Amino acid sequence: MRAYGTELASPLMLGTALYDSPAVLAASVKAARPGAVTVSLRRESAGEQAGQAFWELVRGLEVPVLPNTAGCHTVREAVTTAQMAREVFDTDWIKLEVIGQGDLLQPDVFALVEAARILTEEGFKVFPYTTEDLVVAERLLRAGCELLMPWGAPIGSGRGLNNVFGLRALRAHFPEIPMVIDAGIGRPSHAVTAFELGYDAILINTAVAKAGDPVSMAEAFRLACEVGRLASEADPMEERDMAVPSTPTLGKAVFAS
Amino acid sequence: MAGLVTAVTLAEKGATVTVHEAGPRIGSGASWFAGGMLAPWCEAESAPEEVTRDSLDSLQWWADHVPDMARNGSLVVAPPRDQVELARFGRRTSHFETIDDRKISELEPDLAGRFDKALFFAGEGHVDPRLALQRLEQRLLNLGGIVRFGTTQSAASFDWVVDCTGMDARDIEPGLRGVRGEMILVRCPEMRLHRPVRMLHPRIPIYIVPRENNIFMAGATMVESDDNRAITVRAMSELLNALYTLHPAFAEAEIIEANAGIRPSYSDNVPRVHCEGRRITVNGMYRHGFLLSPARAAEVGRVIFPATT
Repeated sequence: MRAYGTELASPLMLGTALYDSPAVLAASVKAARPGAVTVSLRRESAGEQAGQAFWELVRGLEVPVLPNTAGCHTVREAVTTAQMAREVFDTDWIKLEVIGQGDLLQPDVFALVEAARILTEEGFKVFPYTTEDLVVAERLLRAGCELLMPWGAPIGSGRGLNNVFGLRALRAHFPEIPMVIDAGIGRPSHAVTAFELGYDAILINTAVAKAGDPVSMAEAFRLACEVGRLASEADPMEERDMAVPSTPTLGKAVFAS
Repeated sequence: MAGLVTAVTLAEKGATVTVHEAGPRIGSGASWFAGGMLAPWCEAESAPEEVTRDSLDSLQWWADHVPDMARNGSLVVAPPRDQVELARFGRRTSHFETIDDRKISELEPDLAGRFDKALFFAGEGHVDPRLALQRLEQRLLNLGGIVRFGTTQSAASFDWVVDCTGMDARDIEPGLRGVRGEMILVRCPEMRLHRPVRMLHPRIPIYIVPRENNIFMAGATMVESDDNRAITVRAMSELLNALYTLHPAFAEAEIIEANAGIRPSYSDNVPRVHCEGRRITVNGMYRHGFLLSPARAAEVGRVIFPATT
């Protein structure tokens, strides 16, 4: 997938939170071979560089870093966090999350569009975490985003692709825009479906970090992305309402019973 | 605390031990804020196998050294909407029994009617860390050990030096990082618990440990940061919510302390012992200080007294 002119080595993006230890994280990254890893900045520690040891570790993974604004609830928080992230990770990429509802961690799409506009003007390359809403998508693109990250389901819920119809419509409506399914993917089969729907990449975290064996699950997702991408490029057959025999009936030998 | 456990272990083997404590009193490090849970099987949920394996003898060690140690097991519960977390926890751990509300109210009458289901790890225990540190200090003094405060430097020469300085060693210990933890202590005369209760939640797993005099410790956050400023509003509200979810009676509890500490941790979050000549380092206790100190101290003992076991 191409993101703001950069070709990612893999259509899998992996979050770095929730692992039992940095060692498990490193092993999972090795198995997943992601095109990018996301990392969140705790705002309270960024000022004093107190999270330095962990960030150093993330940089050491040798995968492009996509910092995010997880946990931000207002435009101002998100913008400040993005500015800190640019300094800490020396990148203009930012995965923009502005949470509007605590229970479902649903994006506040109004604040999201506003923050996206401000950050784009400041030269950021914004990866917005949004819903599958077409109107919001349109506004985000108008605000300067060149890529969209609709949710599959609420963050950490593992429910997969909740609204396949909506996601299909979004994909069809903006055929040229790179799109990443962000949040909600729980199993490799969900990932395969995302690619079959025509999405360019997926972003996962909990699905790997909280699996019984994160390293094996990371590999499973790497393979699922490969399977999904191959399948979608191979132009899958259409569904039909009736059976179509794969062997022609005409000329088939008939044995009387 | 790792230092004190090591000192006692070595003194019991016949060594003449001097403890140099940088702070003004015993317990100036992260252990002062610890939960004091001795939960080898619960820890298996997120820790590698060796943590459980190495900690199995710990319970006995603590029972031998801290007579007030409780061995009433631990309970793991989840709010109704997070029941899947309980199933997940059960799949990752062993040595527990799944119990229903009736058994829960037998074990913890004050939790009657609060939860339909819990995991009961009967073999686990807990200590009050502050009391335990006092007991160990006394034990060391009884064995002829010396404790010096205010410095880790010494003009005297020793046969062996064991460095258990935790985060203070960050400049000489490559790979050591800080993981911030926040905790609160509340006094709630209406509540009585006999064992630690872990409250599962997808975002903030929290435990509540009963102490003497109706005091309860709620902890602990895990933040990848070595920022040692005071507890944040976010952490405090998460901890308070967990208490309130466990039982509404906690709404009337008195908050008597709120603190933050930094856990010294290696990248696999497993405590380690390593030697360079006659200098031995014990560090990276992470959140396993009480659980693994006896095992790591025994390792130090085997280095210094290789003939004995």
